[in-house]
Amino acid sequence: MKVIGLDIGSRTIALVEFDGQDIVNFEITDTGANSLERCRKLLEGREYENLVATGYGRHLLASHFGSNVVTEIKAYAQGAHFLYPDARSVIDIGGQDSKTISLNGNGGVLKFEMNDRCAAGTGRFLETMARVMGMPIEEFGQYALSANGISVKVNSMCTVFAESEVISLIAKNEDGRRIALGLHEAISERIAGMVRRVGLKQRIVFAGGVAKNPCITRLLSQKLGWGLTMPEEPQIVGALGAAIIAYRQIADS
Amino acid sequence: MTDYLQIWEDLGLDIDRHNTLLDILPGVYQDVYLSQENRPEGMKYFDFVVSEIHGLRVKELVEHKEKGGKVFGTFCVYVPDELIIAAGGAAVGLCGGTDFSIPAAEEILPRNLCPLIKSAFGFKVSRTCPYFEVADLVVGETTCDGKKKTWEIFGEHAPMYVMELPQCKEEGDKELWFHELYRFKDKVEEVTSNTITSENLIEAINIVDARRAALQRLFDLRKSDPTPISGLDALLISQIYFYDEPVRFTNQVNELCDELEERIQKGEGAFSKGTTRMLTAGTPMAIPHWKLHNIVEKSGAAIVCEESCVGTRSLTGETESKGDSLDDLLESIGERQFKINCACFTPNDERLDDIIDLAREYKIDGVIQYVLQFCQPFSIESVKVQQALEKAGIPSISIESDYSMEDVGQLQTRIEAFLEVVG
Repeated sequence: MKVIGLDIGSRTIALVEFDGQDIVNFEITDTGANSLERCRKLLEGREYENLVATGYGRHLLASHFGSNVVTEIKAYAQGAHFLYPDARSVIDIGGQDSKTISLNGNGGVLKFEMNDRCAAGTGRFLETMARVMGMPIEEFGQYALSANGISVKVNSMCTVFAESEVISLIAKNEDGRRIALGLHEAISERIAGMVRRVGLKQRIVFAGGVAKNPCITRLLSQKLGWGLTMPEEPQIVGALGAAIIAYRQIADS
Repeated sequence: MTDYLQIWEDLGLDIDRHNTLLDILPGVYQDVYLSQENRPEGMKYFDFVVSEIHGLRVKELVEHKEKGGKVFGTFCVYVPDELIIAAGGAAVGLCGGTDFSIPAAEEILPRNLCPLIKSAFGFKVSRTCPYFEVADLVVGETTCDGKKKTWEIFGEHAPMYVMELPQCKEEGDKELWFHELYRFKDKVEEVTSNTITSENLIEAINIVDARRAALQRLFDLRKSDPTPISGLDALLISQIYFYDEPVRFTNQVNELCDELEERIQKGEGAFSKGTTRMLTAGTPMAIPHWKLHNIVEKSGAAIVCEESCVGTRSLTGETESKGDSLDDLLESIGERQFKINCACFTPNDERLDDIIDLAREYKIDGVIQYVLQFCQPFSIESVKVQQALEKAGIPSISIESDYSMEDVGQLQTRIEAFLEVVG
């Protein structure tokens, strides 16, 4: 039996095929302007007995494909628990949301925090800042690390205000690497606060696209005083969780 | 509602802008309200009131004025409708609940101000709400800094009167409030040219108490599982409470309650038995601010009680008079009001107890604290509420939002996740 979990995020769509034991297959694609069409293409030719959607586009998909829905919070908790049964905290920083979740021993959600409408502390913040500094987002973390620990303090957490702050720092001829590090420090501090609010417990799994940024992972780990576990594919944890729930729905019925 | 064009013109409304506003409402009402399943028959009256939102009631108020009556616009459950009604006046709630009127307010007021104040102020300056225009006197109060400083500017646009609400609950504060009641009584008498006597005040207290009792009856029925009425419908009734003709409103709510009692006996409800039950606690939700209830109930949970001025805080206490003299009656009104636990008071631990009592009485599964953005009293107090709920072992989530729709996606995720946790 094979089931599919789909995580339709603001930036990427992740698909996981799951057979109850292992990830059979996975795929990640950009969300683009027409997420429904992207999902249709992703699902084309695949056979599955159940489909569960999570992420921003979950209700859209459900209304067109008749899939079940689950929130990203529950999906990430389930996905992280499957990969690391001893996981007790999950940090997920995505394109426009950041979430911290504390789990019980069964992958159940005990408590969670999530940013509100504001883009502070999300991937969008980093994206905007990388653009202002003329850096590809994939290299932004490495660039910040090359400041060798000397940063320029960025005070604004608001994406809009931080953008003008960065522009004025560039105008003052500050070293770009140090500004980049300052930005990474600002976002890491905010996320660390969110983790502390749900109660910090080992093991901490760091998922979502921003987990690919080596500077954020290092700073977060320093601030929390504990190592973080990064899944090999941090962007598919939500889709995996959705797939696990899809499998359970069939197995239980 | 074209019949009312003459009235709106006479009131000096900006007709084009007002039409835009009226064009928005039916679609929203269809999506949020009429699409609900298992609604009680008795909601037809309230649907009618909404369909006539700036029509029939405004016409009644205009006719009341033509007969020499006066209209008082109010914003707070601390402003005593009893005194207004005793002097033959009509009281109408003026709180603003839509972002439609906010851009007009932001041309004058600072932007980082609570949406309720901005929405109300915007209606006045853009002349798009007939209730503001029909009012002979607008009565504000000093509940929060945002309101009391706004009234100073509001007064440039309308006849304005401000009641000073104390900030503590000591004897001296009560004395101040009683003094304010007397001052308001004089003002009402001056505006209406009528004298408030113990006879007409007793009559008015009876009207207002009966209205409160009817709404309390509705709230009590919501303690059943399944709840006989959706949170959305109950919220609407709590909103209409503030501006409908009080005697008619009371009769309609009681009729609805008769129907709901039958539903409960038959085991019928707006949701199925065992549906996750939520209590909301926090700032008022003025009409048509249905955002939170809509998200929660469309996500499959039921809201069974609102700890809010548009909710239990308008039901607090009973008028218990020690005698029939005017002094006794005024004191009894003040005593009743002083039991309303608003976050503008300090300390305000009684509100924490209220919320926990409600959580138990209504057998809820979780509390959603709801605070309008930039409302400092409720926003800061939410920390203490959360601590108290945690101590009592009641799950809760805190949400800050406003009248815009831009955060609906995030709110939906947070609320659904909260329901997954408690459900």
